[in-house]
Amino acid sequence: MATSYAGPAIWGLIIVIGVLTFLIRLSFIGLFGYFDEIPPQIKLTLRFVPAAVLAALVLPSFVTLEPGAGGVAVDKLTAGIIASGVAWRTENVLMTIGTGMATLWVVRFVLLPAI
Amino acid sequence: MDRSEFRLGVRDVIPLLLGIVPFGFIAGIATVNAGLGLPEAVGLSAIVFAGAAQLAALDLIGRDAPLAIVVVTAVVINLRMLMYSASIAPHFQKLSSRTKATVAYLLTDQAYALAIARYRSEESPYSVAYYFGVAATLWVVWQLTTIAGVLLGTSVPESLGLEFAVPLVFLALLIPAMEDGPTTVAGILGGITAVGAAGLPLNLGLLVGGAVGILAGLLTEAATEGSSNGN
Repeated sequence: MATSYAGPAIWGLIIVIGVLTFLIRLSFIGLFGYFDEIPPQIKLTLRFVPAAVLAALVLPSFVTLEPGAGGVAVDKLTAGIIASGVAWRTENVLMTIGTGMATLWVVRFVLLPAI
Repeated sequence: MDRSEFRLGVRDVIPLLLGIVPFGFIAGIATVNAGLGLPEAVGLSAIVFAGAAQLAALDLIGRDAPLAIVVVTAVVINLRMLMYSASIAPHFQKLSSRTKATVAYLLTDQAYALAIARYRSEESPYSVAYYFGVAATLWVVWQLTTIAGVLLGTSVPESLGLEFAVPLVFLALLIPAMEDGPTTVAGILGGITAVGAAGLPLNLGLLVGGAVGILAGLLTEAATEGSSNGN
C-alpha cells in the first residue's frame, strides 16, 4: 500500500485538491453577493439537496458487499436498519451512533460467530 | 460576533463529534497506511479539510494511481459541497469577502446540515456566529484527531469497524431532512440509486444518487401539486 510518489508530487497533489475544494465551497457563497434573490426553480431544487445527498452517502455504507463472500454484509445492514429506527424515533445523534455501533459489534462478535 | 450564538453552535455540534473523532482517527491511520507521515496528514487535514475526499485520495495514492485520477476523484466527491454552498449562500450574503472566504473554507457536511437547520427555523436570528461555533469546533477536532490517528492509530484493532460511525452521523442528519413526502422520496430514491451505482468508477455513485434523489423529489412535488390543483 505504501506509495512510491515522492514528496513534491504528494504536496502538489494536496495543494491542487485543496485549492479546487476551496473553490467548490466558495462558489455560490462567493458569488451570491451579485444576486438579490435565488431564482425560485433553484430554491425548489435546493430543498431536496440534504435528503438526497445525505441518503446517497449513508445507504451504500449500510448495504455493502461482503468481501470474498457473495452476499450483503449482515452486520452493517442490521446496524443500519436498527439505527435508522432509533434515528427516526428519537432524532438524537448520540442515541443513533450508540445503538448503531452496539448493534454492529453484537452482530459481528456475538451473533455471527454463534451461527 | 454573537457569543451566545457561537456557544449554541459549539453545543449543537458536540454530539456529532462522536462520529467525527473516529472519522479523523481513520483519516490519520489511512495516511500512515498509504506510506505517508505526520506532515502529509496535517497538510491534507488543514489544506483539503474534507474527510471522504481525503480517505479516497489516500487509498488511490497508496495504490500509486495516476495523479490526475486522484485529483478528479477528490473533486468529484467534494462536488456535493457546490450544492451546500448554493443552499446556504443566501444566509451569508451580507458578509465581507474575507468572512465569506472563511465560511467557505470551513464548509463541511456537518456544518452545513446544522447551520441550514437552524437558519430555516423561524425563531433563528440568522447569525453567522452559530455557523462558526459549529464549523470551527469541527475544524479543531478534525486536526487533532487526524494527528492522533497518525500517532496512535496502528494499535486499534481494525475489526472494531470504527469507520461505521461516519455513516451513522450522516444518518442522524438525514432523518430530520426527510421532513415531508417529496423530501422523503428524494432521500429513499437517492439512497437506493447510490447503492446500485456504488460500483461506478470515481465514486460517481454518490453524485448519481444525489442527482436522481433531487429529480425524484422535484417530480413528486410537481405531481402532488398537480393533483391538489386538479381537485
